[in-house]
Amino acid sequence: MPTDLPMPADAPEAQGAQPRVDEREQEGGPWAVASGRWTVLAMSSAPAWAALSDSLKGVPAQDDRAWDLRPIDQLDHIGAQLLWNHWGQAWPARLEMDSQHKAVLDQVALYTCSAPVEAPVTLAQRFKAFAHNGARMMIVARDFLALIGQLTLDLGKLLRAPHRGPWRDFSGQIYQFGTTALPITALVGLLIGVVLAYLTSQQLRQYGAETFIVNILGLSLIRELGPVLAAVLIAGRSGSAITAQIGVMRVTEELDAMRVMGIPHGFRLVMPRVLALAITMPLISMWTSMAALFGGMIAADLSLDISPAYFISALPRAVPMSNLYLALSKSAVFGVLIALIGCYFGMKVKPNTESLGRGTTASVVTSITVVILVDALFAVLFKGVGLR
Amino acid sequence: MSYNFPPDAERVVEIRKLWTIFKSPDGDQVVHRDLDLTIVRGEVLSLVGGSGTGKTVLLRQILGLEHPTRGEVTVLGRPPTQLSAAGAANVGMLFQHGALFSAFSVLDNIAFPLRELKLLPDDLIRDAALVKLQMVGLSPQQATKSPADLSGGMIKRVALARALIMDPPLLLLDEPTAGLDPDSADGFCDLLRGLHRELGLTVVMITHDLDTLFDLSSRIAVLADHKVIVSGTTREVIAYPHPFIHDYFLGGRGQRAMEALHEGTASRPAPLSER
Repeated sequence: MPTDLPMPADAPEAQGAQPRVDEREQEGGPWAVASGRWTVLAMSSAPAWAALSDSLKGVPAQDDRAWDLRPIDQLDHIGAQLLWNHWGQAWPARLEMDSQHKAVLDQVALYTCSAPVEAPVTLAQRFKAFAHNGARMMIVARDFLALIGQLTLDLGKLLRAPHRGPWRDFSGQIYQFGTTALPITALVGLLIGVVLAYLTSQQLRQYGAETFIVNILGLSLIRELGPVLAAVLIAGRSGSAITAQIGVMRVTEELDAMRVMGIPHGFRLVMPRVLALAITMPLISMWTSMAALFGGMIAADLSLDISPAYFISALPRAVPMSNLYLALSKSAVFGVLIALIGCYFGMKVKPNTESLGRGTTASVVTSITVVILVDALFAVLFKGVGLR
Repeated sequence: MSYNFPPDAERVVEIRKLWTIFKSPDGDQVVHRDLDLTIVRGEVLSLVGGSGTGKTVLLRQILGLEHPTRGEVTVLGRPPTQLSAAGAANVGMLFQHGALFSAFSVLDNIAFPLRELKLLPDDLIRDAALVKLQMVGLSPQQATKSPADLSGGMIKRVALARALIMDPPLLLLDEPTAGLDPDSADGFCDLLRGLHRELGLTVVMITHDLDTLFDLSSRIAVLADHKVIVSGTTREVIAYPHPFIHDYFLGGRGQRAMEALHEGTASRPAPLSER
């Protein structure tokens, strides 16, 4: 057993034993004499490494000088590798060394080889990879459609036998997605309301149309901003949670365990989440709109002297009831989409950490994009509803 | 029962009066109570104990990943938390499931601690990683694979190569042969024995595999009743009167493993304890 074991980090004796090579005349010829501790610890500080590199440059391997490694205190595999590479991966013409150092060097000499090269990517492969995007989009569309179809079947199953539904999971999800989201959505809504009221009040005052702030705030917040703001927040908060949760279940083989037990993923995992978000999303959206209107009301009072009493009495006249129904139904659709997209990307996670991260990112980005797209669709479809 | 070390033996790990208490609302759970353990240079120490006796916790405390409630752990003469600055050069750890970075290839996994120094040239690092890859019995062709494409035995080998990349004097193994088929487990034991001899490692190992235990250990420490009840050679440990030891070593599985060991000593290389 060799006795030259590496010492602990920055041991006191390390200072005087830095690895180095000196050129010396002995036995009638030039010798390269290596000394010190040739371990990765000893050479892993910038000055030590620089000094070692310089001293190695002073004794190039080309000329057939003799090497004396006997003064080396310790030699580990990294130190041996450094010497071996310096010699151009061949033994020097003449070499003197201790036997235990020889064992390390022998091993390095035996095992050093060139790294396997990966074949460069050809143009054809690039084209194939690019062309595959089209097929992949078709697959995503097909799988997503299958998910929606499965959800419909599961809902039918639930209606036929409601007592067998995953109700505990459902109520737990409502608490997770809804109740715990109340503070953050209220805060964001309130601030948006205040900002919007202040900005519009500046403009309205120029035209003397101060009272119209109720119409502007009421319509924009209830019909558009409230639902979209809430949906974006929930997509970031709950959509990512759904993907991560289901994705981790994939990584830890929990999904496979469920399937083996004959418990369908759609009925047990996807449906309760979709239902929970379909119910909580409209409620959260209302809550956000209310917080935003409250913020706007306070700001209107402060900047335009519009009293809260007037604001509240003018609101029903400015905003027809149909806007509220539109906002609620829109939010339910957002909720279903966010949950479905979260579940879809969660199921698609492959059992490794990288795929989990990518899936979660894709889930959030996709659901926010889809929410805004669908919102635009609603705006076009219902442009004749609720606007006077 | 105490174990007599050679007087000049250098102490790699010293654990003194260690208490570990897991606090929870339902009441505190004492894992270690006044636990003492010394590990000297060059030995292969196996930690043995029932489930929940805190073997992995002890290993994590040696690594500085967890802190004892009371008592003191010193590794290579200093607290484990001060070692982590030069981490991989002092202690190598083989985690139970390998803990390979799934985003990196096999070669990048092994080279990772060296690359993080941001000092050594890349070709040196690559060559050193390839040498370690072959030392653990894998071929250079495996270097570009990703950990997801490896079998359980190969993951353990790659993880071992990564643990050894900076030639640490102390190597910790958590269940090194769990989940391997008997052939791979034997191969892994041979590999560990060879590396122990060549690199002069100190090895601390948790194992439930009795074949591995008898095959590799130069000393066995038994954890029961919140402390190390006995440590010594296989013979000394088996002779110690304690119900856990009786059930563990002299139950059906233990008997079979020992018989197999005695039959095999003629053809197989002798265990370390007899060298």
